[in-house]
Amino acid sequence: MDSAMPKWADVFLIPMISLLLAAVFSAIVIYAIGESPIEALKLMVVGAVGSTYGWGYTLYYATNFMFTGLAVAVAFHARLFNIGGEGQAMLGGLGVALACLYIPWSHWAFALIGSATAGAVFGAAWAAIPAFLQAKRGSHIVITTIMFNFIAAALLNFLLIGALKLKGAMEPATGKFPEPTHLPSFQDMFSYGDTVLFRGAPANISFFVALLACVFVWALIWRTRLGYELRAYGHSPTAAKYAGINPTKIIMVTMLISGALAGMMAVNNVQGEAERLVLNAVEGAGFIGIAVALMGRSHPFGVLLAALLFGFLYQGGAELALWTKIPREMIVVIQALVIQFTGALDDMVRTPVTKIFVALRRPPSGQEG
Amino acid sequence: MSIFLLFQIEVLDSALRLATPLLLACLAGLFSERAGIFDIGLEGKILMSAFVSAAIASVTGDVWLGMLAGICASLVLSLIHGVASITFRGDQLISGVAINFLAAGLSVVIAQSWFREGGRTPQLSGDARFSGIDLPFANTLADTPLIGPVYHGLISGHTILVYVALLTVPLSWWILFRTRFGLRLRAVGENPASVDTAGISVVGLRFAAVMICGILCGLAGAQMATAEPAAGFVKDMTAGRGFIALAALIFAKWRPWHALYACLLFGYLQAIALRPDLIEAALGFSVQTQLLDVLPYILTVVILAGFGGKAIPPRAGGEPYVKER
Repeated sequence: MDSAMPKWADVFLIPMISLLLAAVFSAIVIYAIGESPIEALKLMVVGAVGSTYGWGYTLYYATNFMFTGLAVAVAFHARLFNIGGEGQAMLGGLGVALACLYIPWSHWAFALIGSATAGAVFGAAWAAIPAFLQAKRGSHIVITTIMFNFIAAALLNFLLIGALKLKGAMEPATGKFPEPTHLPSFQDMFSYGDTVLFRGAPANISFFVALLACVFVWALIWRTRLGYELRAYGHSPTAAKYAGINPTKIIMVTMLISGALAGMMAVNNVQGEAERLVLNAVEGAGFIGIAVALMGRSHPFGVLLAALLFGFLYQGGAELALWTKIPREMIVVIQALVIQFTGALDDMVRTPVTKIFVALRRPPSGQEG
Repeated sequence: MSIFLLFQIEVLDSALRLATPLLLACLAGLFSERAGIFDIGLEGKILMSAFVSAAIASVTGDVWLGMLAGICASLVLSLIHGVASITFRGDQLISGVAINFLAAGLSVVIAQSWFREGGRTPQLSGDARFSGIDLPFANTLADTPLIGPVYHGLISGHTILVYVALLTVPLSWWILFRTRFGLRLRAVGENPASVDTAGISVVGLRFAAVMICGILCGLAGAQMATAEPAAGFVKDMTAGRGFIALAALIFAKWRPWHALYACLLFGYLQAIALRPDLIEAALGFSVQTQLLDVLPYILTVVILAGFGGKAIPPRAGGEPYVKER
């Protein structure tokens, strides 16, 4: 059945049709609340990509979504649904905050390596328990990772109003990280002479770390033995087991990598942007990772494109909320539609498209018989 | 200092009230998952129903119309879930995630567009909300020792949906375990091929289960928005209750009576989390409210880990049924 459709249709045409459907429904919602979808789109384009300031925000959001999207994508390859990116990114934030606050770094480059490692370790650790329970006890990983999201939120809440809170402050947040941990922002990196680019925007060097992560995931999945085993397990756990692949190892390693990627997101939002740990620092990016991975067909390059799209939607949506009566939650609606159409309703699009290709391929009657 | 402080009528009363939406949602999930359709979209359905029932009740001034509208809203989301996961054989978990976001987004977008109060509905009062019902003889028996406080303080005085939820427990048990429909519904969650072989529609049964799930989630949302002391909808008001209901369902190992006990337990945990003063007076030390908040999730993970008997979901759960194979 798969061979009936050329590869470009599978990786490009179908996601585009799904995306178009999501866009149409979003436009209907915007129209229904009495705003113009065309005007809204124009405003979003100007706000998100019409200036280096807009780009600075779009790329900042995209960086978050690349990490969480890769986290979900890696797990998808082993047919594991890691819905716990949110909690893993929260714990990653804790790791980054501890590394920045309690280790005296001399230079931001060392701080970046140190905090990325800490974030990855904390994120991986938070994924390890659900992974272990799935591998050894058969508990459904979706349910356990959901539960761990809530447990993570409570844990951070507990720490931020207790042990980690800045003394004398009312707000549940840590103190500001020391100066040497400040990561170069795009403004620091790309402004020259009197020209200031990306003024005040939060995009920072973590964007390039995220790009490296994409390359790393690509190499891991398609160029290593582990990646092969992981994909084999995803296609058929029983066949993989028969071929001598250890399911426990695959589940554990995949989820540890997935959790580590989600945890590394904190380098961007906690160290790069806020420069302190606040409550709800993740802001739902863990869940957007699901939409990003689905849209990107679990391929790192697809994840990159989808993350850019969602970065655009996030920054554009913030502009909409500022200038129109369309609230920010409109992005959540769009996100839901993208997940539903590219994820669960995939067959609805795929079946008719496949039929069209089969019809086109069939030689006209009377020629070859 | 007495442990009994934690079990006074007042606390148990609010435990019962807080357990009600959990119970309705938990039974909703029970029907769906027993038929083989995983539903992590309970949260979204409750939230959407909470918003629509509060909005319609506020506009029409009639809480019953509000409740009906809430049920309809929840049914629409159920229908989407059914179409995605039954008709198009999509991933049930992904569809559930999408439904949660759809509800979280749409409820605020529409609320802002209709009421312009920052994503909430006006406070409901009078006929636009459910008020407590005094059961017969509640006031005359109030002064009788032992029976009086329990009957007057705990059992009487709740809104109609609390009693509806409690009655739904034996009703669900009867439907699932004593009727032909229930037998078929459970069979379709364990072994759909055998049901199909018997000439019964797998698709029809699964849609029926998903729709029952929608109705019960609608009731849960209506209870949440129109019956709690401060009646009305606020953004994200479900705050994870749909997932606690899901946890209760696993805790109860997909059985109706156990669902009641699990929801009462989780409702009780919510009730004492609201009274940190009582905990300190009863135990002599304070307990972090965050710990009480996450206890349902921790308990569920422990149960899932296989401590205290294994929780085994319906065997065909989560898998779309493919007839041709």
